[in-house]
Amino acid sequence: MTSSMGFVLAAVVLGLGTFAFRFAGPLLRSRVELAPRVETLMAVAAVVLLTALVATTALLEGGEFAGFARPAGVVVGGVLAWRRAPFIAVVVAAAATAAGLRLLGIP
Amino acid sequence: MRSVKRTIDRDLVRDVGLVCAAVSLVGVSFGAIAASSGLPAWLPVLLSIVVFAGASQFVFVGIIASGGSILAAVVAGLLVNARHVPFGFAVGDALGTGWIRRIAGTHLMVDESVAFALAQDDAGRRRKAYWACGAGIFVSWNVGVVAGVLGGTLVTDTDAFGLDAAFPAVLLALVLPSLRDRATRRAALAGAAIALATAPFSPAGLPVLLALAGVLAAFADGARSPGVRRSRAARGQRDGSGDAGDADGSGDAGATGNGNDADATDGNDYRDSSEAES
Repeated sequence: MTSSMGFVLAAVVLGLGTFAFRFAGPLLRSRVELAPRVETLMAVAAVVLLTALVATTALLEGGEFAGFARPAGVVVGGVLAWRRAPFIAVVVAAAATAAGLRLLGIP
Repeated sequence: MRSVKRTIDRDLVRDVGLVCAAVSLVGVSFGAIAASSGLPAWLPVLLSIVVFAGASQFVFVGIIASGGSILAAVVAGLLVNARHVPFGFAVGDALGTGWIRRIAGTHLMVDESVAFALAQDDAGRRRKAYWACGAGIFVSWNVGVVAGVLGGTLVTDTDAFGLDAAFPAVLLALVLPSLRDRATRRAALAGAAIALATAPFSPAGLPVLLALAGVLAAFADGARSPGVRRSRAARGQRDGSGDAGDADGSGDAGATGNGNDADATDGNDYRDSSEAES
């Protein structure tokens, strides 16, 4: 079993590393004025990342198919968002669909 | 004009509040799972304060709980969090000026605060949305984790509430407006395909980084470069006219993520994107 000190150290190292990742962009942007084109590219990159997160977290759990309930919930939420439903409706419907399907025995 | 502004703020607070409520429940489950897996009770609390990135915390605790080394847990957590580098470049201007604000704002960078910021049209609202969401999630996540550590097994299975579907839906609703731009959409769909294809044989965090290669798809035909913000502003004006469902009537209530178009949820079923050409 790892000692308490080891756990503290691990948490601090992970925290500092994560902070460094987060800080790179703000630090650079405080020094250099980005060209509008580059700025647009950064925004596109963030949208690409977020979309990839949506796809992987909706469909996969530990690299394997997560079951039908979760993607079904996300699809319902996505369709509602597409139809301009309020944000709350999107989120609640996604959760309710997944939870409801599981109640019915669909994983 | 002022009342419109106030309505937008109220919408933002409501939407952020909802996400925070969901986040706190996941925090409860994280605290409970970490505490029940034989780790010291203070570890999940410490992680939530100094790391403040849910997915990496689950990975970290999961590796240690299953007998992995502490070094492996740190490396895996860092890999999961590497996506914050491009996030920081995208929303770095939403943090504000001055070192204190920049450093505090940096720590509040999570998927949801980035997505809320990107869904806004102007700089002022980007800043407001980023800080409201980041600070709200910081508080609710940490309160949830402490409650989970103390309360034990009350909420461990957040899947039973469908929260695992709620979070992708939150991010999807927030990126949909950006996906109206054709080039951006092409990049996002290519990236999602790359992530899904590589996920079965990559460690957690890597597929999403590989998805960045999808950005190249935005320039595939070379005809035009992507225009996320510009197109969003243009759309805001268009939306403003005659959308009865839009309660605030301002047309650019980006915070509600009420964009339509381009349903990318189905991951491996991209046929929907063809309908998205409006």
